[in-house]
Amino acid sequence: METISVYLSSDHRCCDDYFATAEDHAAKRNWAAATASFEQFRSTMSHHFEMEEHVLFPAFEQETGITQGPTQVMRMEHEQMRELFARMAAAVTAQDADEYAGLSETLLILLQQHNLKEENVLYPMSEQAFGSRGEAVLQQMKEMSTVA
Amino acid sequence: MNAPASGLSLEQAPPISVPFRFFLSAPLFLLLAALLVLVSGPQALASRWTPALLALTHLITLGFLSMTMIGALMQQLPVVAGAPMRRQQVVAWMVHIPLLAGTLMLVSGLFYSQTALLRLAIFPLGFAFSTFLVAAAGSLSASQVHHATTRAMRFAGTALALAAGLGITLAGTLGGYFNLPLNELIGLHVGWGLLGWVGLLVMGVAYQVVPMFQLTPAYPARLTRWLGGSVFLLLCGWSLAPQLPLPLATWGTSLTAAGLAIGFALFAGTTLYLHKKRRRKLVDVTLRFWRTGMLSLLAAIALWTTAHLTSAIADDPRYPIALGILFMFGFAISVVIGMLYKIVPFLVWLHLQSRLPRDKPAPNMKQIIPDHGSRRHWWMHMATLLLLLGSMAWPQLVYPAGLSLGLASCMLWLNLLAATRLYRQLAR
Repeated sequence: METISVYLSSDHRCCDDYFATAEDHAAKRNWAAATASFEQFRSTMSHHFEMEEHVLFPAFEQETGITQGPTQVMRMEHEQMRELFARMAAAVTAQDADEYAGLSETLLILLQQHNLKEENVLYPMSEQAFGSRGEAVLQQMKEMSTVA
Repeated sequence: MNAPASGLSLEQAPPISVPFRFFLSAPLFLLLAALLVLVSGPQALASRWTPALLALTHLITLGFLSMTMIGALMQQLPVVAGAPMRRQQVVAWMVHIPLLAGTLMLVSGLFYSQTALLRLAIFPLGFAFSTFLVAAAGSLSASQVHHATTRAMRFAGTALALAAGLGITLAGTLGGYFNLPLNELIGLHVGWGLLGWVGLLVMGVAYQVVPMFQLTPAYPARLTRWLGGSVFLLLCGWSLAPQLPLPLATWGTSLTAAGLAIGFALFAGTTLYLHKKRRRKLVDVTLRFWRTGMLSLLAAIALWTTAHLTSAIADDPRYPIALGILFMFGFAISVVIGMLYKIVPFLVWLHLQSRLPRDKPAPNMKQIIPDHGSRRHWWMHMATLLLLLGSMAWPQLVYPAGLSLGLASCMLWLNLLAATRLYRQLAR
């Protein structure tokens, strides 16, 4: 059976693929391809963040009553990443390969340690908290995918 | 619910000064090691029992490896295990200063053959390691995260406790406190220190960071599930085998040692294979250091195997030294440096971006430690490794090897120092 953990973790891997492609194109100063793959990366990430911020986190907060805990930190890290996306977009527009490489390196670690915390702690905690309601939460996130 | 929830909060990540004091001290011990090589000349590497070599080994294992590994663990435990360490700043002081002082005392005691210094060194070193181990055990026992990495960390911590305990017993024996068989103790101390504490920790950390930094597939679950535990059990078996009656003791020792060699070869081979399968195409400096590390580990295992088949190699006094160069310098130091070049710029960025005003973005990681600086260091590091190995055949090469080690450690120190100064400047 597909769980919240499996679904969102495999979405992380998918974002990683787009990240790597964009980084490779930018390093080779292949700007047309870099622009396209960066946009794809950014929109996949934004969609992932929205699934969490609009469905998973509120459901977690409602179920556990914890609003200032892990979801708060995850939201803050999403904001930090959105700021990096904006600067990366500017670097792609300016065709600045060094700036892109530095931002991309920074984002990679921020993103990966964020994913690690979600996959190791938050997703399992949510599944435990939701119990049988988990399936409905998962369905709700998937519906956002088809709408998007 | 409380433990994992609190572990996710950034406020509980330690202040940047907690890990950085360890990171900035460590290269200075490598520099001391370089000076020691230059002062002692070819004599230093003549046998594994020369005072210079014993001092050199502990500059590397305590001054560089344990120093950085403890600093990184104090930072990483909250992230990896989801459980913060209590009173981190106090623990940092209580571990860093005695580790620094104890290492210097022990190394001078070994180098100048001063048993009084060895007797004295026991106290700060014992204090540093036990404080760290108690704090880390507290953090890990509160953790509700159980995966291959936290398991390997528990094994590595136990190995550190044993290696440190054995080391203290050894120093006490040399210092005249006890009268115990030295050779047996030394074998156990080296095994638990290098294969247990260093080897198991690198393994556990690799499970997380290799996929994370290079976007490789995950380590196969059937490997990570049993490898750490097997290495730990093999080390236990290898330690106890000599107590068996005679033909069994020899067999037991050889079998467990062969098992350890296979375990580490599997680990190094899998890591290189995963590197090949990485989705991130570019070759960064961490990847270079890690590849150097894994190839050196494989070379060390190959040398060890050959020595077991050829007594001419096993009896050569240069054999244990070459093995030590490959394992300690080629494998352990390379892997640790590769990690520092990710952790240090990331922490500077992380702490800066939460302190700087919104309209003033923090410099990115490559502005904090530029690629050319770390890449130059990798070349110097490679030159050092080759010169050290070359000095096994041509003893005069220890001079250029010592020089190159000195330059490489200065490069590392200056790269880390530049990152720290940038932080200080901007965080003001």
